[in-house]
Amino acid sequence: MAKKNEKIIKEITMLNIKNIHAQVGDNKILKGLNLEIKPGEVHAIMGPNGAGKSTLGNVLAGMEKVEVTHGGVDFLGKDLLDLEIEERAAEGIFLAFQYPVEIPGVNNMYFLRAALNAQLKYRGQPEMNSSVFLKLVREKIKLMNMRDDLLRRPVNEGFSGGEKKRNEIFQMSILEPKLAILDETDSGLDIDALKIVADGVNQLRNEDRSFIVITHYQRLLDYIVPDFVHVLADGKIVRSGDKSLALELEETGYGWLDK
Amino acid sequence: MSEQATDKKQDNFQQENAEVHKRVAQSYKDGFVTDIESDTFPPGLNEGVIRAISAKKEEPKWLLDWRLKAYAKWLTMEQPNWAKLNIPEIDFNAISYFSSPKSDENAPETIDDVDPKLLETYAKLGVPLHEQEILAGVKTKKTPVAVDVVFDSVSVTTTFKKELKSAGVIFCSFSEAVKDHPDLVKKYLGKVVPIGDNYFSALNAAVFSDGSFVYIPKNTRCPMELSTYFRINEMNTGQFERTLIIADDGAEVSYLEGCTAPMRDENQLHAAVVELFILDNAKIKYSTVQNWYPGDENGKGGIYNFVTKRAACNGVNAKVSWTQVETGSAITWKYPSCILRGDNSRGEFYSVALTNNYQQADTGTKMIHLGKNTKSTIISKGISAGKSHNTYRGLVRISKKANGSRNHTQCDSLLIGKNCGAHTFPYIECSNPTAQLEHEATTSKISEDQLFYCKQRGISEEDATSMIVDGFCKEVFKELPMEFAVEAKALLDISLEGAVG
Repeated sequence: MAKKNEKIIKEITMLNIKNIHAQVGDNKILKGLNLEIKPGEVHAIMGPNGAGKSTLGNVLAGMEKVEVTHGGVDFLGKDLLDLEIEERAAEGIFLAFQYPVEIPGVNNMYFLRAALNAQLKYRGQPEMNSSVFLKLVREKIKLMNMRDDLLRRPVNEGFSGGEKKRNEIFQMSILEPKLAILDETDSGLDIDALKIVADGVNQLRNEDRSFIVITHYQRLLDYIVPDFVHVLADGKIVRSGDKSLALELEETGYGWLDK
Repeated sequence: MSEQATDKKQDNFQQENAEVHKRVAQSYKDGFVTDIESDTFPPGLNEGVIRAISAKKEEPKWLLDWRLKAYAKWLTMEQPNWAKLNIPEIDFNAISYFSSPKSDENAPETIDDVDPKLLETYAKLGVPLHEQEILAGVKTKKTPVAVDVVFDSVSVTTTFKKELKSAGVIFCSFSEAVKDHPDLVKKYLGKVVPIGDNYFSALNAAVFSDGSFVYIPKNTRCPMELSTYFRINEMNTGQFERTLIIADDGAEVSYLEGCTAPMRDENQLHAAVVELFILDNAKIKYSTVQNWYPGDENGKGGIYNFVTKRAACNGVNAKVSWTQVETGSAITWKYPSCILRGDNSRGEFYSVALTNNYQQADTGTKMIHLGKNTKSTIISKGISAGKSHNTYRGLVRISKKANGSRNHTQCDSLLIGKNCGAHTFPYIECSNPTAQLEHEATTSKISEDQLFYCKQRGISEEDATSMIVDGFCKEVFKELPMEFAVEAKALLDISLEGAVG
């Protein structure tokens, strides 16, 4: 019975990226990218520098300076490209930034609660009061093995590289998105920090939540095991496979793309 | 502060925020005019007008002479033009120098005698005027605040008189002080801001009509916060109030002032003088939320806010702290200063100045170190949006005898949009080799990256901007009394309306 249920869920598409072309200024970056993601799936996006991996994340999140010139994106039955950045967030899109931004003077917890309440409000749900929120925070912070004082510090200000990345995943655990995009979350992390971040992500994995994991290295995928691996090169997905593809890439590199 | 407490404060902020957004439909919420019968002098400035003001207030001869001396001095002076401000010519003969609500003719004995329309005005402004209301507020753990209200040229009412009196504190209108405490007024008036100090202080000395007077006796901690709300209502009037606060040996007081005016197409002049005296081991904390009408989005109308504020730390270990949040006025020219005469005395200046549309502000402080081991701290946060210009101008002077003195200055500017300007003019004069001076300055913009980050988490651009600005001002807001901090943040949000996008 459980198996049958799973099958039904898997038939629904969460995200459908159809022939996306996108550019920044005159620089064409995505050139006809297609990708379909179902609930609960983890897709790894790999590929050489400049292939358009981060741009893909930014297109989904709605960064204004990335212009989509062609194609469309369906997200849970909605035209994603039609939504404002903050609406996409409230619909369940979360981008873990490659370079998390510092906001001086704004308390980390205050920021996060404002974000959560803005999303709840958008979804027509009651906002969370401070004591309930505090409880939630205490529960989730353990997950990320983060120091308490980071909560009271200004957002990302004075955080180490690893702390910033952990803070991203911590935010994700509070906001509970439907689709999380991890943009090189592993970059700049030592092996211990990498394990903590991966642990945090794995605890958030479930049959409804999907992930796009953008990374250069197969190392992260030892800890966050993907269902699919895609190679993004020159603005398109040129190869797709299962997790063994990542291992193959680790050995062969991307030189074969030039042939 | 504990997490819960911080959170509570933020809860208040959020509730306040919702309130703000309700009010924001009109961009300047205090822009209404009260239709009240008033007794207003015809426009014009001459010796006769000054005599008439003095006569109206039944002043003693010494005060009239003082005014006339100031007027004679003013006639020989020229309007200063060193500030980075573009000030249109002011026709001093087009201004009326005295206006009082007519119902004040038979001065109210108690608050119940005050014209209900006036009370309504202050209720609209959110001034906790009625003692009943304030007392009711005590039950909800709000701190009681004694309020003096200055409407156009006169002080209309002062609350909590009895309670203050039993503590020995004098808090009354300037006019009353001249009548009831002439010796104190005579002793201190014009002693830190002399009549010839500058063009606008000379004008004020000649024509000032009212203001607040505070005396805190020796070793007394004022039992509540004192507050004055200033309101310009009549057209073509100027407001020239004078505030005098004396903290005797070991005394302590926290004083708040708030200012608003109706929206009018004409410019109106506000030239006030504030003098503070702090004796041995005494403390004054002076907080301002200035929200005079800033003019419309095309720069039409608005108040010219040309104010001289100065504190004399005459005693040893005297301490003064100026905190100002300046969001209003078409033009602001204001440098609350500290003269640190007593050994170990201490001066602080915390400022948030926000300009939007065509507003101009040239504001900062002077820290004059005369005594030994005197310390000063300057934290200035300038926020420019629209087509406005915002200037910090500050002087730190260490005199020869000020051994072991220290100053720390931090001035930060935040730019919103592409058409505004931020300027910093720090002056340092050091004549003592043992002094330690630090100066830090930063200029930043609200970056696209910051906004993208906030929006990606679900926060709207408007809320994100307000959050970033609030974070930028945090060091100053934390110096304000709680209720004022909430008001200040709300004001910033309103003042930033339309600055984003």
